[in-house]
Amino acid sequence: MDLLAAVLWQVNPVPWARAQMAFTLAFHIILVPLGVSWAAMTLIANYRGIKRGDADALRLAQRWSKYMAVTFAVGAVTGTVLSFEFGLLWPQFMGNWGEAFGVPFAFEGLFFFTEAIFISIYIYGWRRLKPWAHFWTGVPIPIAGVFGSASVIAANAWMNSPQGVTLDSAGNITDVDPVGVIFNDAMPLMAAHMIVAAYLVGGFLIASVYATGMLRGRRDRYHRLGFIIPFTVAAIATPVQMGVGDGLARWVYANQPVKFAAIEMVPQTSSDVPEVLLGHLNSSGEVEGGIAIPGLASWLSDPSTGRATVVQGLDSVPADQRPTIREVNIVHLCWDLMVGLGTLLFLFTLWYWASWIFRRDMPRSRWFLRGAAVTGVLSVVTMEAGWIVSEVGRQPWIVYNKMRVADAATTNEGVWITFIAVALLYAGLGTTLILVLRGMSRRARTQPALEEAAVPYGPRELAGRQ
Amino acid sequence: MDTAAAIILFAAVTMYAIFGGADFGAGFWDLTAGGTKRGKRPREIIDHSIGPVWEANHVWLIFTFVVLWTCFPEAYASITWTMFLPLTLAALGIVLRGASFAFRKAVSRIRDQRAFGAAFAVSSVLVPYCFGAVAGGIASGRVPAGGQAGDPWNSWVNPTSIWAGLLAVAVTAYVAAVLLTWDAGRLSDDTMVGYFRIRAVAAGVVAGVVALVGLFVVRNDARYLFDGLTSRGLPLVIVSVLAGLAALVLLRGQPHRGGRVAAVVAAGALVLGWGVAQWDYLLPESLTVSQAAAPPGTIAAVLFAAGLAALLIVPAFVLLYVLDQKSLLPEEGVDESSGQATRTTHA
Repeated sequence: MDLLAAVLWQVNPVPWARAQMAFTLAFHIILVPLGVSWAAMTLIANYRGIKRGDADALRLAQRWSKYMAVTFAVGAVTGTVLSFEFGLLWPQFMGNWGEAFGVPFAFEGLFFFTEAIFISIYIYGWRRLKPWAHFWTGVPIPIAGVFGSASVIAANAWMNSPQGVTLDSAGNITDVDPVGVIFNDAMPLMAAHMIVAAYLVGGFLIASVYATGMLRGRRDRYHRLGFIIPFTVAAIATPVQMGVGDGLARWVYANQPVKFAAIEMVPQTSSDVPEVLLGHLNSSGEVEGGIAIPGLASWLSDPSTGRATVVQGLDSVPADQRPTIREVNIVHLCWDLMVGLGTLLFLFTLWYWASWIFRRDMPRSRWFLRGAAVTGVLSVVTMEAGWIVSEVGRQPWIVYNKMRVADAATTNEGVWITFIAVALLYAGLGTTLILVLRGMSRRARTQPALEEAAVPYGPRELAGRQ
Repeated sequence: MDTAAAIILFAAVTMYAIFGGADFGAGFWDLTAGGTKRGKRPREIIDHSIGPVWEANHVWLIFTFVVLWTCFPEAYASITWTMFLPLTLAALGIVLRGASFAFRKAVSRIRDQRAFGAAFAVSSVLVPYCFGAVAGGIASGRVPAGGQAGDPWNSWVNPTSIWAGLLAVAVTAYVAAVLLTWDAGRLSDDTMVGYFRIRAVAAGVVAGVVALVGLFVVRNDARYLFDGLTSRGLPLVIVSVLAGLAALVLLRGQPHRGGRVAAVVAAGALVLGWGVAQWDYLLPESLTVSQAAAPPGTIAAVLFAAGLAALLIVPAFVLLYVLDQKSLLPEEGVDESSGQATRTTHA
């Protein structure tokens, strides 16, 4: 027993703690857009349904709220796991910085309460509440979603820009200015970037489901609405996101130069830095491969000084204060992936807008639907890549320039076991979630006859409308 | 200020223990409801009863964690570092419970419903046990101060922890049975009123016996807690016992509204009794509230957030509970299968 325990428990917990945190966050972040933006899209359909007596829109809102019940439940519990993991995996981080890092969460708690309460009322209220009263019980959900994600991102932004704290000579917190913590310099743009991402990804994800349905011949009005509402939301969010992202990148250039050096893969500080597409750093830290566009990285960092803009290189700080070569390569690749896919999605939405402007209708081409059907997955990949840029680019720091990840972790050497357990559980959870949602959709589709009888808000409206 | 933050912390723990606990307790009755046919109706009542409220109730746990790590980071670090295993189990159990409950409602095949139902029910028992064991470990002084790790096993596998874990399962089952009796009455199902009433009595008796045995356990294993429970905490212990008995009395005949209140008071007084008994330690005999407290700026922010919660969240909760109790939140969405609001299949 002791021998077994000795073998099992002698594994360095740091890489496993990082892996578990990364894995559970990567999973949870997919559900976040649905939690934040799906309710808004459901309310758009709901509003249209009541205001214009549109039975299809109403049916859409009602169905979505049922699917949302499932994704919200899974999002709530996977989010809870994160609040355990802060302590289970990073007790030294929380013990030292909890009084600052925790402040935004105190407010996030309020918004999460609001969201959980009203989503229950909304989902369960279809049958017995009056139509408009019911609609209004849904309105707090997207509002709480926006402020809730802003609060969570404020905490993450604080890790990048740890302000609002007074430290003594030993580096311990002596006082906290909560406003300074929440509204740290990184917060506004990071929060905006995530909230817009939630609408972008949520929109594309849901639209892609209906695009697939239309490709399979289900081109009725119900599917059209199911596509147009979320795709329009995403098509509005995409260009906005490019602007916000551009601003955030420039903020990183000015405030987290080492992260920016990793993003642009800049080994030495210099001006006239080329923008290298793809490529990597070799083992001696030199750029290899890729397509270099002369001077572009400098120019983008600060157009006012153009190619003369100096970009700080990785060598500006000692090796133990910057990401490793492998981490730089991950950050740079993910950056290219995010910008590349984001641009692709933006160009794709131009097709959609052009069709509305010139033909007053969405594109009819099957190629458009084929493209739209993959935007969901692509937008998730884009978001995950962006999140990796932000997190891996901050390495080796958990609190930028104040605490290292390695100094923050638990000493429980069994983390590798919990990582495996969590990975298995989440793999099952993700698969089941998709299967359950597909099953719900198939059931709803294969009972069209019964479906006709079911119009929300009772039989009287049904009689009046059909 | 520090005291106010500690009171908010214990209030949140109490709310979670009562309302979150009742949802777990309902899972206990789901687990013990028997086969597909025999357990159909009880499971319908359980589904109906916790469906609209469990997610909102669950947020009390998040709120507890947030207040703990923000206002008392040292205590949070020590607890999570020491209690790595039971808290990991609880986290996995929470995922399994919540997801399975949502999935069970969303699938149609009985086989699937049974699988999700089993996962939901088993984890509903696991989670309160783990939290009880953690509370027992804290209360018996097994979590060291200083944001450091205590014994990874003994901290939660010890007499007080085992006792507190069992007590948590028994009390959550008891509160759930009382609330389910009431809900069955609300649905005018007399058979189910009887069904849950007898279970409420049984769970109440078991909880009482466990609590009584616990006095001896705690006397030997957690002296500070015992002294607190028999002095400062004594009024709350007495209130808990009396309210627990009153709830059972009020369940006779047609379920009385007061029964629910009494059961809630019984569970709440028990948790508060624990808090008062170990006051003013967060980690008994090693870390006091004021030693663990964050700087004033942080505490002020959390108190402000708690004030907002009182203004905004409490009315929202009241709205949710009132709508639920008036049967205005009968089921998810609209009924797509027929004109009647019936659910035909269950695990």
